[in-house]
Amino acid sequence: MSKLHFTDDHEWIRLEGDVATVGITDYAQEQLGDVVFVELPEAGTALEKGKEAATVESVKAASEIYAPLDGEVTEANAALADDPAKVNSDPQGEGWFFKMTLADSSQLDSLMDEAAYKAFVETL
Amino acid sequence: MSDTADDLKQTPLHGLHLELGGRMVPFAGYAMPVQYPAGIMAEHQQTRSAAGLFDVSHMGQVTLSDGGDGSAAAAALEALVPADVQGLAPGRSRYSFFTNDAGGILDDLMITRRPDGLFLVVNAACKDADLAHLQAGLAGKAEVRMDETAGLLALQGPAAAAVLSRLAPEVAEMSFMTQIEVVLEGAPCRVSRSGYTGEDGYEIAVPGAAAEALARRLLAEPEVEAIGLGARDSLRLEAGLCLYGHDIDATTTPVEAGLTWAIQKRRREEGGFPGAEVIQRQLAEGPARRRVGLRPEGRAPVREGAELQDGQGAVVGRVTSGGFGPSVGAPVAMGYLEAGLAAPETAVTALVRGRELPCRVAKLPFAPHRYHRG
Repeated sequence: MSKLHFTDDHEWIRLEGDVATVGITDYAQEQLGDVVFVELPEAGTALEKGKEAATVESVKAASEIYAPLDGEVTEANAALADDPAKVNSDPQGEGWFFKMTLADSSQLDSLMDEAAYKAFVETL
Repeated sequence: MSDTADDLKQTPLHGLHLELGGRMVPFAGYAMPVQYPAGIMAEHQQTRSAAGLFDVSHMGQVTLSDGGDGSAAAAALEALVPADVQGLAPGRSRYSFFTNDAGGILDDLMITRRPDGLFLVVNAACKDADLAHLQAGLAGKAEVRMDETAGLLALQGPAAAAVLSRLAPEVAEMSFMTQIEVVLEGAPCRVSRSGYTGEDGYEIAVPGAAAEALARRLLAEPEVEAIGLGARDSLRLEAGLCLYGHDIDATTTPVEAGLTWAIQKRRREEGGFPGAEVIQRQLAEGPARRRVGLRPEGRAPVREGAELQDGQGAVVGRVTSGGFGPSVGAPVAMGYLEAGLAAPETAVTALVRGRELPCRVAKLPFAPHRYHRG
């Protein structure tokens, strides 16, 4: 089982080989409510850590999703176009947002592990 | 949220919202539930398919009394609103708005004629300003009193009549936009057949101390669930109903907003309300812009503030409310467009995050009204 990393913007990152899969956490989907649309970056998009990477729309509002790391998008989750509710039903599985290569894998060290993220969520 | 929670006012149902798992957010100075654990989508569908109970106790409940039968108060109120208030029979309600000298809308409200005066319901965010406006405008003609402690519940949906009839059979026969006094769960209430969802239903003014018991009694009925502000907004948007401060405000006139049905014939002819010249001229010549419904293509919602462009890229309007319509199953929006572009099926473009999203002008409402016209 590959290790999960977390940001304080409630994203998860799973690194498999050179490629990181990115999505939002269960806490985030719970806060957003029913997701009705996700705008994802296209393959080839250069991402800069902390800059806008995607937009997730709930019934009520649009929320920006920030790039957790520097790198380049290799694939967006096309299944979310037809079924954005996957973000609610399976945020850390089928509801993933995009895959990316990492420009600098040492950036992962600044992220939280699962235990630290859990502790962080409990403070909110 | 937590740093301002202490400053927020609470409705009589505050404890019940917390008990039901309501997610409380600041709204017009009150802590209000935006949703319960079921979520906005489920709460919306619940209201369209059975019945939803809404806490709208944050709204302002104002009584106007003139010491007589209310006719003096009705005549005086006509100086502030373009509705035919004098023509309103006791027990009947009308939608109206306070206008300013430019014909803009200061707030929208419900006016009900009582045997001894008038009963108004105004928006929470405007209620202090409305109270001052009424007191200044009606000075010497009517006593203006706002009840800060009363509760206001809305029971909405196709099962609302069956549910409320179990508590008071006489509500079943009420027609849309009428009001009666009824004892519910031992408390004297004013029940109106009206609402803000496009569905049949009731709005119930209840003494604050009795509000929670009544809410619990209604929630105990199998058809009823608690509904938050999130679904209230998606329901009213699908029903094509204006939200003050968004679709209408001090810079939009009733003619531009498509609300001329709420200005009765006598008032159109006689005027005598703030901004009458502007409104009468727009009635005669047509307004320069109109409120329209918009259906974005695709699934991306188009939200408030998005600019609207014509085929040449010129800015021709702006979105004032937008989101996803759970019953429509697609994004829906309202906004203002130049009058020449306001016909249904006209193609326009909305700018969303720098991208051009094609939209078509659509007839309102998006979800058919199902009022009980009796």
